[in-house]
Amino acid sequence: MKVQGRVHKYGSNVDTDVIIPARYLNTSSHEELATHCMEDIDPDFVKRVKPGDIIVADKNFGCGSSREHAPIAIKASGISCVIASSFARIFYRNAINIGLAIMECPEAAEKINAGDEVMVDFDTGIITNLTSNETYKAQPFPPFIQKIIEKGGLINSIKN
Amino acid sequence: MAMTMTQKILAAHAGLKEVKAGQLIEAKLDMVLGNDITAPVAINEFEKIGTNSVFDRERIALVMDHFTPNKDIKAAEQVKRVREFAREYDIVNFFDVGQMGVEHALLPEKGLVGPGDCVIGADSHTCTYGALGAFSTGVGSTDMAAGMATGKAWFKVPSAIKVVLTGIPREFVGGKDVILHLIGLIGVDGALYRSLEFCGEGIKHLSMDDRFAIANMAIEAGAKNGIFPVDEVTMEYVNGRFMRQPVIFEADPDAEYDSVVEINLDTLRPTVAFPHLPENTKTVDECENVKIDQVVIGSCTNGRYEDLKIAAEIMKGKKVAKGVRCIIIPATQEVYLRALKEGLIETFIESGAAVSTPTCGPCLGGHMGILASGESAVATTNRNFVGRMGHVNSKVYLAGPAVAAASALTGFITDPEKV
Ligand code: SF4
Repeated sequence: MKVQGRVHKYGSNVDTDVIIPARYLNTSSHEELATHCMEDIDPDFVKRVKPGDIIVADKNFGCGSSREHAPIAIKASGISCVIASSFARIFYRNAINIGLAIMECPEAAEKINAGDEVMVDFDTGIITNLTSNETYKAQPFPPFIQKIIEKGGLINSIKN
Repeated sequence: MAMTMTQKILAAHAGLKEVKAGQLIEAKLDMVLGNDITAPVAINEFEKIGTNSVFDRERIALVMDHFTPNKDIKAAEQVKRVREFAREYDIVNFFDVGQMGVEHALLPEKGLVGPGDCVIGADSHTCTYGALGAFSTGVGSTDMAAGMATGKAWFKVPSAIKVVLTGIPREFVGGKDVILHLIGLIGVDGALYRSLEFCGEGIKHLSMDDRFAIANMAIEAGAKNGIFPVDEVTMEYVNGRFMRQPVIFEADPDAEYDSVVEINLDTLRPTVAFPHLPENTKTVDECENVKIDQVVIGSCTNGRYEDLKIAAEIMKGKKVAKGVRCIIIPATQEVYLRALKEGLIETFIESGAAVSTPTCGPCLGGHMGILASGESAVATTNRNFVGRMGHVNSKVYLAGPAVAAASALTGFITDPEKV
């Protein structure tokens, strides 16, 4: 599977409180959560984001609370993939379980700039920067994660 | 192959003789936890599975604590959803207003988690129960849903950092100072994907409440879990509470660790984490002229009896500084009642503090003490991210109950020895 989109770029330790502030956690509506996505770090994100866009960030993306509302808000906002040099582990787990694609790749995180057009190939782990004509190699998902994703998330993998 | 304490617990719950770091396993769960924010999302997912029963109605805990007593209509609707689910599936451990407390103080107190357990909770501070010698970790709502249905969860077996504690902490130095100091040393991602395994003869000088505060904030260093060996202090706490048979696991003497960190409790000073990350630590001696508007003493980190006792001893007969709002939130009803019987609540009220029923409240900027733009708070909570307690231009300084109480009396971050 491949996705392609324009990049929104952030630094290190983007925490779940800025991805979706607790004041909006009194709902679990995906659409409503999406309207507040990234609000406390990038108030214009919601206006700028287009379906297919990609978030690129530095270390420890998604640190903080276990709120699944964070990957849900990102996915519902239209983001097709989050690339970071590293992820906080609960966010990593939640993203996979709800079917938000993520890639760990320090080189891509360093070299990709805001506004670049980027393509991600999940089968090979190759990230292509169409703006700068560079490619970066990430680890493709290990088989057990591929299985969960293939079945459309953890819930579907149990259902079957 | 030699294993860490965490690896031994995971192996036992996966039905394997041994496991090694990086290995993928499926483990049996002793307890599955959710709260009023994460459980509604999990219930939605649970219903998609299409099963008509939970794996064990006694091994699911649903604690309504974040926006409870409900702060608005939406929060009330969310709790209603969980209440109905609890009724439908006959969930034994459903805690609503009147019984509820902050989940990570409540579960150990009620004996729902204990030594040797394997626990997941849809809340990042589920790592708190590592204080009891359990493997316990925070997950998302989907994992919780799958856990409620199957009683199992997948894990990648973590490697570990060994934290050796030596010495004896001085007065006014507690568990919170130990963990803030550690996070200051290794950073908010210093233990990413790993276990923090605490050991050393310093542990015997740490009470259960100190250990809970330490294990609670393992996640603030990015750790998968934090864990303490089981000793007499643990057994004294669990005896008469824990409803199952405690199982004691010990790390092999030759277990491999990614790194070793040593902390000498003798030299530790009361520690404060400056905005906006728990790793921005300074000793109280380095805090000059930090003016504050609010003090919050409570939360799953430091809302237990001992925390309130230390605060009350400092505040007794003194007044909260003019212009400072001091909010004290016992973490559970049991803590509240004991504080009431022993006169602590009277001390707080006489000093000009407000005391509330148990709730997470201000810890996550929910209700009961939200900060306005430009305001600062000292809080015994565990996170000081941007906007965590209110406005994005407000600030939170994390500290233990002694520093928080002393600061309430002066209006500035203050060394408890100086009031
Ligand atoms: S007290 Fe704070 S950190 Fe603890 S469970 Fe409640 S919101 Fe989370």
